[in-house]
Amino acid sequence: MPISERVKRLRQESLDAPATLSAERGELITEFYTTLNTAYSAPVTRALAFRYLLDHKKVWIGDGELIVGERGPQPKATPTFPEICCHSLEDLDILDTREKIPFKVSEAVREAFRDRLIPFWSGKTMRDMLFAEMTDEWKAAYEAGVFTEFMEQRAPGHTVLDDKIYCKGFLDFKNDIARSLEKIDDLNDPRSYDKQQQLKAMSITADALIAFAARYAREAKRLAELESDPARRTELERIAEICGHVPARPPRDFWEALQYYWFVHIGVVTELNTWDSFNPGHLDQHLDGFYSQGTANGSLTEEFARELLQCFWIKFNNHPAPPKVGVTAAESGTYTDFAQINTGGVKQDGTDAVSETTFLVLDVIEEMRLLQPSSSVQLSKKNPDRFLKRASKIIDTGFGQPSIFNVDVIVQELVRQGKTVEDARAGGSSGCVEVGAFGKENYNLTGYFNMPKVLELTLYRGRDPKTGKQVGLDTGDPGAFGTFDDLMAAYKTQLRHLIDVKVRGNNVIERLWATHIPTPFLSLLIDDCIETGKDYHDGGARYNTSYIQGVGLGTLTDAFTALKYNVFDQRTTSMAEMLQALRDDFAGHDKLHLTLRDRTPKFGNDDDYADDVMRELFEAYFEAVDGRPNTKGGKYHINLLPTTVHIYFGSVVGALPDSRKAWEPLSEGVSPVQGADRHGPTAVLRSVAKMDHARTGGTLLNQKLTPGLLTTDEGTNKFVNLVRSYFRMDGHHIQFNVVDAATLRAAQENPDKYRDLIVRVAGYSDYFCDLSKALQDEIISRTEHVSY
Amino acid sequence: MTTGTIFDIKRFAIHDGPGVRTTVFLKGCPLSCWACHNPEGQLAKPDLFVRSERCNLCRDCLEICRLGAISLDGGELVLAREKCDSCGSCAEVCLPGALEMAGREVTVAEVMKEIEKDVLYYDESGGGVTFSGGEPLSQPEFLQILLGECEKSSISTAVDTSGHFPNHLVETVQPLVDLFLYDLKLIDEGRHWSFAGMSNGPVIENLRLLAQLDAAVIIRFPLLSGVNDDGDNIEQLGQLLASLPVSYPVDILPYHRIGRDKYSRLGRIYRMGDTDPPSEDKVAAAAQALVGFGLDVSVKGEAYANQ
Repeated sequence: MPISERVKRLRQESLDAPATLSAERGELITEFYTTLNTAYSAPVTRALAFRYLLDHKKVWIGDGELIVGERGPQPKATPTFPEICCHSLEDLDILDTREKIPFKVSEAVREAFRDRLIPFWSGKTMRDMLFAEMTDEWKAAYEAGVFTEFMEQRAPGHTVLDDKIYCKGFLDFKNDIARSLEKIDDLNDPRSYDKQQQLKAMSITADALIAFAARYAREAKRLAELESDPARRTELERIAEICGHVPARPPRDFWEALQYYWFVHIGVVTELNTWDSFNPGHLDQHLDGFYSQGTANGSLTEEFARELLQCFWIKFNNHPAPPKVGVTAAESGTYTDFAQINTGGVKQDGTDAVSETTFLVLDVIEEMRLLQPSSSVQLSKKNPDRFLKRASKIIDTGFGQPSIFNVDVIVQELVRQGKTVEDARAGGSSGCVEVGAFGKENYNLTGYFNMPKVLELTLYRGRDPKTGKQVGLDTGDPGAFGTFDDLMAAYKTQLRHLIDVKVRGNNVIERLWATHIPTPFLSLLIDDCIETGKDYHDGGARYNTSYIQGVGLGTLTDAFTALKYNVFDQRTTSMAEMLQALRDDFAGHDKLHLTLRDRTPKFGNDDDYADDVMRELFEAYFEAVDGRPNTKGGKYHINLLPTTVHIYFGSVVGALPDSRKAWEPLSEGVSPVQGADRHGPTAVLRSVAKMDHARTGGTLLNQKLTPGLLTTDEGTNKFVNLVRSYFRMDGHHIQFNVVDAATLRAAQENPDKYRDLIVRVAGYSDYFCDLSKALQDEIISRTEHVSY
Repeated sequence: MTTGTIFDIKRFAIHDGPGVRTTVFLKGCPLSCWACHNPEGQLAKPDLFVRSERCNLCRDCLEICRLGAISLDGGELVLAREKCDSCGSCAEVCLPGALEMAGREVTVAEVMKEIEKDVLYYDESGGGVTFSGGEPLSQPEFLQILLGECEKSSISTAVDTSGHFPNHLVETVQPLVDLFLYDLKLIDEGRHWSFAGMSNGPVIENLRLLAQLDAAVIIRFPLLSGVNDDGDNIEQLGQLLASLPVSYPVDILPYHRIGRDKYSRLGRIYRMGDTDPPSEDKVAAAAQALVGFGLDVSVKGEAYANQ
């Protein structure tokens, strides 16, 4: 289907716009707090701040746009959130000049920071509060790279919208809030004041969004009056009408549904810099009714529905992730903000959800070929193969999208965590690979956890060999371990201790957010915050999960396997010689290095020797984390994904017994160590399926395929077989890069010629040339299954 | 315990029959075709690959070889193959992989364990196991036991054969095989002799026997530039296939040089030299000619579109 001139232009404008730092939001929020001269409760203060932002931020309608509303004053102008993390002038210099993921900072923006933002916020941000409350033990582990902290410069988000806005307007939500207020027992309920304040705050934010849409309606009307092209004038008049209708009232058609979601999206990403921005979840399911109704009654053509979706896609691409600095930039070095649109899967009643709209959305993914939004295929055994085959054709175009998820195991995961089966089916995956009950859950990724670092600390009795600092426990002299089980026991003790340190920190951080920066707008969108009168940050959601994301399972497994095989079983070396070789980074230990590299079982080859070690390490991590209580009435669970943190984590870990040299990247997700899998994809998938994915909240598996393999029907069928087989074994997720190593090397050498080359990184796609050199090398080294 | 000699087991083999398959490569072949891309499969006994560029000059192999078959000549690793008895001890100590064994003796149970690992993929895709080589029927007893074990485990089987084996084996093996991938290279007896070192009499006879038994067969025709891509040979091939009581599909496999490096590693001469792969026009011409015999023709597994 040809792409309209309008969409081509808007897409190109989005691609060409440089990412800039905008001071608009920072200035407005500072003005609000500076001029605030009445004392309000925290939620009401935040609600008024939200209203102030929406009342004063620039209204921007691009030429030819069908979906309107920008987060910043124009596309790619990226706001800051100084109440959370106020960038220093030095940060601004780094953002402006860094080679990868820069944000251009104008002199005016610099001045705003220097003269107004920094003087007001310095020392008073969430980031300042958070680090001030962390213990020395926490800081030592954080600085050593044992774990990262997600909430130190971005807000807890990690949630996705369900179907509620397609049948309810914000006036309906206001009615719900009013009813909940009426039900409060202000005589006997000790929390009645808190609830009243929270609900009042939600109501203020509902009005604020309706008023914001009205500003867009006025602007559209104004532009319509000035417009000379009659076709565009009609469009602008229609946009004005839509913005006067949604979000106040439920959408009546396809266009209104998309515009409504987009206003909600702008609201969420303006209130706070939530992780994973926000996303509509099962977009094809939400739109299917509007699409079939519109095409049936003649008010909507397939062509126009497609154009609307394309315009909607471009809006996501206009929003780079808010600028990150320090460890957070290292763990998530990308412009992508992880909005992951789900397609397919099952409906709430468990039936096949693949529809005509699903295929329309897949077409748009292929036609737009944009970094954002990210997209996924939710594959159930109930879905037809033609759905997966259509997706494979997009994967074959080589931009890493869509990724493929196993709905049947996601439902198992969510039900195991305590969701009803209906809520589980209406859930899905978001961000990279994490699962949640859409519209009903606060599922926070609290930080990455460096599992190989824990082994290293165990081998050095808790002392970090990089710095000489005592970071963990002294779990005994490894030279004195008589058996592999002794080593494993020491590791488990070290692991539990360091998870304790992380959780103690989280207990404080979760309360800091709940107490100081509640989020009334997001709360009104997520069940059951309205019913309970509680904030999203304070346990108001129906389900509340805290994840700690384990990183480096492949590296960890191979390191343990190497110790078991060579030190304890075959006795080809001693623990003393091994430790010396690690200290020497294998210099002068060539034979040992080769033995460890080429003559030692490795994870990813369907070899039970290594895979059984993986299972034990998986269980150890699960035991250390799963089921602990969080502060929101929910529990901790695990998932295994890295974004880009395996590079940073690798940079703090010295040589390891699997033959990995010091500071090299760790393995990513649940994938085998780069290049260690030598028996093809069926062996990799079998190895990886030996862990119990159903007890995680998401695992990430990367595979690379040679170009051309998906171009034939026969190849596509075998691809389908491979994915279906992995999912029969209860694998959670798989994603493919279809680009050959030669192309990637060429792009590394001549980045200017390959600016548009998009590759799958880890749960998201990114421009290859925007990746760090280390990450580029790492992607090149991921095993390419040439035979396929 | 029955054992056999194999030189590889390759999982996710997707060009050796339907679905996702595991291919077991049996060692030994009566033919010595110039273009063979698995030359390490030709001898019945294990071979040794030598890759001098990987050698780190540690000299461990020189010390361990009881026959004094290995030497270092100015940094070049040299194997005197006439002295070597393929015991494998040098490869065992060669950590950088400059000396690697091609071929090992394995039990039926060991092979079955590998085959059974991917049963779920076979079930999902309609795949199974393919016995290739070498010539798998050069180890008939071992092959028959493996085929029998696969039948017991309901694993679909294919045999990728040169067709050069004693004709009495047709009757014993055929009932255990779901699909034969049957190589036909040259139909003219004399030309076959010079290219493969043996008569093609058994190849043609066995094909006729299989056809009489209505066995499932896919003909594989490796198209070798300057060897068998001439009109005469293709004509004769078409006539032979058209004369069979069953019409078998033909898959054209254009020549590639993937196996070339293996020859130098085995200390052998690659007689195809610098021969180029056939042009697309040549492939199309061959396909077109075979279509002319009413045959169902494909190229590398993809149905050939009649033009």
